[in-house]
Amino acid sequence: MGASEKDRFAGLSPRERDGVFQRELVQLIPHLRAFARTLTGDATQADDLAQDAMIKAWDARNSYQLGTNMKAWTFMILRNQFYSDKRRSWRQTQLDQEAAERTLVAVDDPEAPVALDELRLAMAMLPDEQREALILVGAGGFAYEEAADICGCAVGTVKSRVSRARKALQGILEAGDYERDGGEAGDAMRSILADAERLSAVR
Amino acid sequence: MMIEQNPMEERRKGSAPLDETRLRQRAIGVKLRQMFDEVVNEPVPDEFLDILRKADEKSGAR
Repeated sequence: MGASEKDRFAGLSPRERDGVFQRELVQLIPHLRAFARTLTGDATQADDLAQDAMIKAWDARNSYQLGTNMKAWTFMILRNQFYSDKRRSWRQTQLDQEAAERTLVAVDDPEAPVALDELRLAMAMLPDEQREALILVGAGGFAYEEAADICGCAVGTVKSRVSRARKALQGILEAGDYERDGGEAGDAMRSILADAERLSAVR
Repeated sequence: MMIEQNPMEERRKGSAPLDETRLRQRAIGVKLRQMFDEVVNEPVPDEFLDILRKADEKSGAR
């Protein structure tokens, strides 16, 4: 955003500035929830995380420069919170695989369309850093450069994480490399293809 | 046309699986965005705004 965008806020009192900040933050809540949900795979845990991030952003509002990319700024706060929560619960979790298995059970929503469910399960199996990069670039609408700022890593690192994530997802979905009671694991890719085709036909 | 110039190209070994990969990747991309957008389009639970309002009142009273 240009200088004119910043000028809009130049003459604001601290109270007015808070007001602007809060309105913008409220508009970002749905996106924070979506980022948290796709990152954790668990709706309850995700809303806790999104609320924590929202409050952290509010508390840090004076260090945020109005007119810069607030979405990227709040996403960065959320992902930092995600990793610090994760570090704290590391001893209980022990293995990523165990966490993934718990998530697989948690996301088992009978109402969910099959193809989406398959993708959630497969996403849960990705390493955090790959899942995060893929969500930011593939769904969050961020450029590689923005995603790199959010993750605090190099652009090339984001690119390689996204590429590895895509490859891994396809592999998981094709192999049906996860446990589902009664489900035909090998059907995952087929149902996603069919569903994506249906979606683009509707558009 | 460039496309007609090389009919053998498409039949070359490896080209079909490559297209299939692209198709599958696109499908995964569509589903991923759908998964994300579904949450974006959900109504925000009241809890979020309540928490923010409380935080705002606290800072306003300062």
